[in-house]
Amino acid sequence: MIRMIALVFGLAAVVGVSAAAEDATPIFSKGGNFDEQSGRALYAEVCQGCHMADGKGAIGAGRYPSLAGNPKLEAAGYPVTIVLQGRNGMPPLGKMMTDAQVAMVVNYVRTHFGNAYTDTVKPEDVKGMR
Amino acid sequence: MTNEPARGFNRRDLIAMIGLTAGSGAAYQAMAGLGLAKASDYKGPVNLEGAPKGASVLVLGAGIAGMTAAYELRQAGYKVRILEFNGRPGGRNWTLRGGDTYTELGGDTQICGFDKGLYLNPGPWRIPYHHHGVLDYCRRFNVVLEPFTQLNHNAYFHSPRAFGGRPLRIREFKTDFQGHIAELLAKSTSQGKLDDAVTKEDHDLLVEALRSWGGLDKNFAYKAGPESADYRGWKKPRGGGAGAEPVAGDPFALSNLLQSGLWANFANFFTYDYQTTMFQPAGGMDAIGKAFAERVGDLIQYNAKVIRIQQNDARVTVTWADAKGAGPTRQETADWCVCTIPLPVLSQIPMDVGQKMKDAIAAVPYSPAVKVGLQFKRRFWEDDEAIFGGISFTDLPISLIGYPQYGMNLGGKGVLLGAYLYDGPNAYEFTTLSPAERVRRAMAFGKQIHPQYEAEFENGISVAWHRSPFVLGCASDWTDEARAAHYEDLCAFDGRLVLAGEHASYLPAWQEGAVLSALNAVTRLHARAVKQ
Repeated sequence: MIRMIALVFGLAAVVGVSAAAEDATPIFSKGGNFDEQSGRALYAEVCQGCHMADGKGAIGAGRYPSLAGNPKLEAAGYPVTIVLQGRNGMPPLGKMMTDAQVAMVVNYVRTHFGNAYTDTVKPEDVKGMR
Repeated sequence: MTNEPARGFNRRDLIAMIGLTAGSGAAYQAMAGLGLAKASDYKGPVNLEGAPKGASVLVLGAGIAGMTAAYELRQAGYKVRILEFNGRPGGRNWTLRGGDTYTELGGDTQICGFDKGLYLNPGPWRIPYHHHGVLDYCRRFNVVLEPFTQLNHNAYFHSPRAFGGRPLRIREFKTDFQGHIAELLAKSTSQGKLDDAVTKEDHDLLVEALRSWGGLDKNFAYKAGPESADYRGWKKPRGGGAGAEPVAGDPFALSNLLQSGLWANFANFFTYDYQTTMFQPAGGMDAIGKAFAERVGDLIQYNAKVIRIQQNDARVTVTWADAKGAGPTRQETADWCVCTIPLPVLSQIPMDVGQKMKDAIAAVPYSPAVKVGLQFKRRFWEDDEAIFGGISFTDLPISLIGYPQYGMNLGGKGVLLGAYLYDGPNAYEFTTLSPAERVRRAMAFGKQIHPQYEAEFENGISVAWHRSPFVLGCASDWTDEARAAHYEDLCAFDGRLVLAGEHASYLPAWQEGAVLSALNAVTRLHARAVKQ
């Protein structure tokens, strides 16, 4: 086995990502920024780690706040600021997102989990708040 | 961004950088300087003595910082009590073994299925030789240490984007990279291109040094031959008897090495924090936490969830509830308080401290980190690939595969660290997965490096630190800006309370940071107490 591996190394060449690798990485971002391109995907693959699939957060020694029916979401500027700047346990995830991604994920949260705000955040709104 | 496993280098950012031009080199340099862990400034045991009669201290948290503080304060004569959220000592100093149960936030419960003697350190797993504070406590408490091999030349560098996705032995990559650079530099020097930079006297020394350093032949060429093989190993190994003459292998082309980006992995063992010798406690990292608990365990109130911290001119009063939600809240009072509660948790606890400390507590996010342990019925990495301990590094989201550094060459089962994600998008993305899915993903990625995975797999367990009920993250992620604005405020005494922990140190994410901040806090506390 050791010899075999040593021999195949001799055929080295720089190639693109193999089909097998693609198959194993349907959702993982490729670089230092998030690749997810919808509010739903950003929520499911980033926010959900703490705020959970149902948006209700979790409680341990501290808690992850529930986003379901959270009055702090009423003014869109608040969640945008928190996503961009972070606060307490919340990391500044917006640093790894484009303005459009921040807008998408904030809009997603403000229209799901029992929230039904009708005003939407636009990428240019986010840009002005960075 | 601080980065405990690959200090100073964000793997994903570096990959993104490959193929970019000019300015990225400067960005790389700048990044390498961000929030870097400094050397330990441990000055030996604090030897506090002469606590005022009856003076008391309440310590919040029985992790390494809290237990260090409690141990030293008790030695000095203080009446000490510790409140701890978990039902065990150690905090992030933690080892998972067969039969252990872990419930993460969100409610998923895992029961560790490892065989006896096998383990995973979900938190810290290695100790640099210059972390003098941790090492001194290990020595004083008789914690047996083993070498932790950070650089195993026979482990792999791997990228799905390079060399057809085949892993390269670190030995080959490192030797070839070094050899080509030595040859280029020797050529430039001999052609007089460095005459402005190298004196006539140094010229000959430099080319000789390059030959010796890079494995160059007598003509200063780096190519297949006995000189390079002395460094990278032989394609046909040396043997005895008839037909035993070895054959040297062909080096990889410099361009392929550069384009692969795998050189970014050198930071994983060339940087100060990861240089030989590193250590691990025999049998699991929690040997340190247990050694502390042998000495201060009688002071600990377990399953105590702190819900309020009050203080006035005379006393500190802490209200706590049973962490399992049973019974009425209770209060504990003392003259002083050393609070080691991780900042994401502490930021949510109402406390009587000034705005400066509150702002500091709120300003430090914690890095995401995920570890996955995988048990295999056979140590194929040893048996098939001659990898004994050490770490293989990859561009895949799993970031690395860590090989067990104990029980080597005995055969039988083994537990790999099948993933260690720290900072960056992938660490967050992995956190959102269920524990079982994290294991499944670690398997799918890891088998690109070790095809034996599928046939040999038995069971796995994963810890995503943002889902840990007792931290809500892995470790403090200071930026230089946040340090400038808040660090001193975080560490300053506020009335009768002082903070300690890795977050209150210049060694974020390291146990040494926890020890040093605790020693600094108790030294200052003692100075205040005896003055009163």
